[in-house]
Amino acid sequence: MLFGLFATIALLIQATLFASIVARAFQHLPLRPGEIIAFCAVVIARALFGAGFEATGRRAAALVMSDLRMSLLERRLFDMPTAADGAEAGEIATAAVNGVDGLEAYFARYLPQLVLAALVPLAVLTWTVAIDVTSAAIMVVTLPLIPLFMVLIGRYTESKTRARWSALTRLSNHFLDVIRGLPTLRAFNRGEAQAGRIEEASEAYRRMTMETLRVSFLSGAVLDLAATLATALVAVTLGVRLVEGTVAFRPALTVLLLTPELYVPLRSLAAQFHVSADGLAAAEKILDLTETPQTRRLGTDRVPSAWQSLRLQDVSLENVGRGGKVLDGFDLTIGRGEVVALVGPSGAGKSTVAALLLGLRSPDGGSITVDGTDLASLDLRGWRADVAWVPQRPSVFRGSVRDNIAIGNPSVTASEIDLASRAAGFDEVVAELPRGYETHIGEGARGLSAGETRRLAFARALARPAQLLILDEPTANLDAESAEVIAASIRGVDSEQAVLLIAHSPVLARSADRIVRIENGRAITLSDEAVVP
Amino acid sequence: MRTLRELLRIARLPRARVVASVSLGSLSVLLGVGLLSIAGYVISRAAEHPPILSLTVAIVAVRVCGIGRPLARYLERLERHDLAFRVLARMRVGFFRKIEPLVPGRLPELRRGDLLAAMVGDIDAMQNLFVLGVAPPIVALVTGAISVAIATAFLPAAGIVLAVGLLIGGIGIPSLAAFSARRTGPRHAAARAEMTTELVDVLRGAPELVVLGAAEQAAETVRTLDAELVHLERRDALMSGVVEGLSTTVSGLTVAGVLVVCATAIAAGTLDRVMVASLALLAMASFEAVVPLPAAASVLRSTIASGRRLLDITGQAPSVVDPSDPADAPRDPAVTLEQVGFGYANEESWALHDVSFRLAPGRKVALVGRSGSGKSSLAALMVRFLDPDSGRVTLGATDARALRQQDARSFVTLDAQEAYLFSTTIRENVRLAKPSADDAEIERALRRAQIWEWVASLPDGWDTFVGEEGTMVSGGERRRIALARTFLADGPVIVFDEPTAHLDQETAERLVDDALHATEGRTVLLITHRPEGLDAVDQIVRLRRGRVEQPGR
Repeated sequence: MLFGLFATIALLIQATLFASIVARAFQHLPLRPGEIIAFCAVVIARALFGAGFEATGRRAAALVMSDLRMSLLERRLFDMPTAADGAEAGEIATAAVNGVDGLEAYFARYLPQLVLAALVPLAVLTWTVAIDVTSAAIMVVTLPLIPLFMVLIGRYTESKTRARWSALTRLSNHFLDVIRGLPTLRAFNRGEAQAGRIEEASEAYRRMTMETLRVSFLSGAVLDLAATLATALVAVTLGVRLVEGTVAFRPALTVLLLTPELYVPLRSLAAQFHVSADGLAAAEKILDLTETPQTRRLGTDRVPSAWQSLRLQDVSLENVGRGGKVLDGFDLTIGRGEVVALVGPSGAGKSTVAALLLGLRSPDGGSITVDGTDLASLDLRGWRADVAWVPQRPSVFRGSVRDNIAIGNPSVTASEIDLASRAAGFDEVVAELPRGYETHIGEGARGLSAGETRRLAFARALARPAQLLILDEPTANLDAESAEVIAASIRGVDSEQAVLLIAHSPVLARSADRIVRIENGRAITLSDEAVVP
Repeated sequence: MRTLRELLRIARLPRARVVASVSLGSLSVLLGVGLLSIAGYVISRAAEHPPILSLTVAIVAVRVCGIGRPLARYLERLERHDLAFRVLARMRVGFFRKIEPLVPGRLPELRRGDLLAAMVGDIDAMQNLFVLGVAPPIVALVTGAISVAIATAFLPAAGIVLAVGLLIGGIGIPSLAAFSARRTGPRHAAARAEMTTELVDVLRGAPELVVLGAAEQAAETVRTLDAELVHLERRDALMSGVVEGLSTTVSGLTVAGVLVVCATAIAAGTLDRVMVASLALLAMASFEAVVPLPAAASVLRSTIASGRRLLDITGQAPSVVDPSDPADAPRDPAVTLEQVGFGYANEESWALHDVSFRLAPGRKVALVGRSGSGKSSLAALMVRFLDPDSGRVTLGATDARALRQQDARSFVTLDAQEAYLFSTTIRENVRLAKPSADDAEIERALRRAQIWEWVASLPDGWDTFVGEEGTMVSGGERRRIALARTFLADGPVIVFDEPTAHLDQETAERLVDDALHATEGRTVLLITHRPEGLDAVDQIVRLRRGRVEQPGR
């Protein structure tokens, strides 16, 4: 704001000095070095303001983006751990990193111009009134044309321009799609034919877009026209009045210099409008993801070192967003050394039970107790250190295979990792990897298939010294052989460990000591024969 | 420079459009220069109280510039966008033609989604090459030269001052910006990429990290990366502020210099006094063309880097080329491999050694082995995606190398492991295998693949959109749509490459059963690493580390 004010004052001084220097030369008076020095000083002052706008604006953008990233981290990792799927995660991450470009446009160019757009016309008009009322009147006449035209034309084309940009994205996706499927196209001898299709699609898009742009660029042209017409009108009127002798040379020149400046901030504002709107949209998107952190009371009680039973009693949980209850009067007891299978149709709440036991969610009603102590009063970090979990969609983290198995479990030995891998059937995957356990995997390195990832996650869980194993469909996407390796390992777990096995396949559920079915949010214990998943 | 020339050649810039774009750009700047400097002249001349008629020409010129400039700018913007779209279309087609023969033989790594998206991103970036990278310097050169010439005509000293100012503003400052970008650019790009992948990891695996007790460690990694990124961004911010400030300073000081030499010249009597305002305003307005140059330098740098990556990829020779005198398409539905050896250029060990077996007409053979045993390389050899390094692949009675690729692929239909569904309807996805097929044939193919009932049950039937942006289909359904495609192409020999990968056991069994049943009487090779379907084939060939392990039963 203050910067804007100074920049505007510098502008007025520069114009006045310029006119004064020219007028002295015009009257064959000698140059005043003071004026030249002052002129240069004002130029440098304006340069500093400009540099300041640019640097502070971009810095602000970087800091705002960093703040957003940190609160995103806080929210998604600590307040309420939520897993995003691959595409969504990629989208959010890109917005949180590259979104800074749009924000820079907003902070460094749009915002300052917004201030200047209000200040400059006012200052220029006031100064002009002081110098020459007639010219000021001409400026006033052309000025209101601008917002009027901007509103009229901007309204009409903005939605259309947006639609065009999204069409551009679609076109770009079409090209990506063709390149992705190129091996398939080649196998069916359809490769060459696609080149023509690409050209056709791009050409059709160009024609449609140009039609829209012809209209939408008019708003910019109108701004330009207002600026140049005003300059031309002021110049010609001043010329005529100079001939008549009703105005002096110096003020006339000052006014001529000021007239085009009247429109500069407005034009920049219009030019930066779309880029900065995109930047704000990226920031808002992340802000939406980070809002209203849920406050959760953290327990501090020590976790019993060898607990005997884990009990869910009359537990109920609201279905966030969709209404109704996922769990309603749900009871379940898991004893030490027991394997309990949880079955039921998808969406019945099987994974929700896992989230409750992991402390990722808290029940809305009822209680979860460990040997009689409420789970909510336990030190969650200590509790989780004692739990191993294979989620429904396990993750691979960037790093070596070994790091991936040992994550969160730094004391694990090489032989324990080896043992766990073998029990998970993951050893055969490792054997095929170029550098075995040291192979780098994850984003940007070698990828693992869904089945390989699941076996990795199972090995990770087995390598962990845990009293409770929570296995969420550990054999999904696995072929029969690998599934059997895992089922055998589940049957053979340490008799000191309790296992909650969420199962889809009846074969797998039969590995359990007891089968519990979720139906309408309640638990029904089944005998082995009655398993109908 | 070589890269730039090569890229412009691929862009096949339409010459008339390039001339139009550069001319309009220059005209728009020059009309701005004209407007201000002639207006300055009008006011100066008028101050001498001449008869008003003597000003008519100048007044008309001011009006012409005032109306002409917005018009020229408007047309130039349109022309620039039009050209960008044309360049994009040509770059896409140009690079597509270069990439097409390299797939999949030379570019197996394109299976990785991120590399592929990066390549397509590089191609898309090419649209800026001319309009934001090449055109602005040309416009600056043209308008700068004309402005300097005009100034020199009136006062050589003013011309020299302006020339120096424009050179500093147009070459010095962009070079400074480019120099700083070269130093921090790669580090900045790497920091961004690193941050993005790390965030993806955290966002995807947050609950697991928390449960594993690794959340704090992950957060610390993000914080460290964030600090580095913010540090680099702040440095960039400072640098761009410096560039911005220097631009303003150079143009302002040039105007001051012109004022000084003009005033001196008037005192010396070598310049008419009405020209002072005019020349100073000309200098001021002529800097408009230099303003976009620092940005142009960075666009040029990044698009040339993109271009070099692309040219590196497309510069490879295709792994397979059509023979100059191709043999006739084979008839006898048999495939024979004789002591076939094959190795990938970038790997030390051979993918296949001395592999021999025969696919006799009407026989069904299973090729089994673990992943990495060379099964897919074998499939690629059979459709001439690759040629063997030693030994011979015979299709019918003809050496595959003597056949046109098209004929080899019509003879052997490959049901590839990565059955790709394009973002279009189910019907078009199937029709792809045989563009001339009518609806009845497509329906028949879908029925043979045992997916017709599922397709018919969809609200939009076979007009349902599938693929990346369409309805999600399950792995089994995807496989069956691909199967229908294979049945529609219906070559005399059919190769199924891992049709059951990523399917659960029950789905896999049904799929293999249906596929083998539907190809009764055909010559079929079933490549698999799983037991499903092995009891239904005539022979089993086992592959282990690129060698045939034991003769079949």
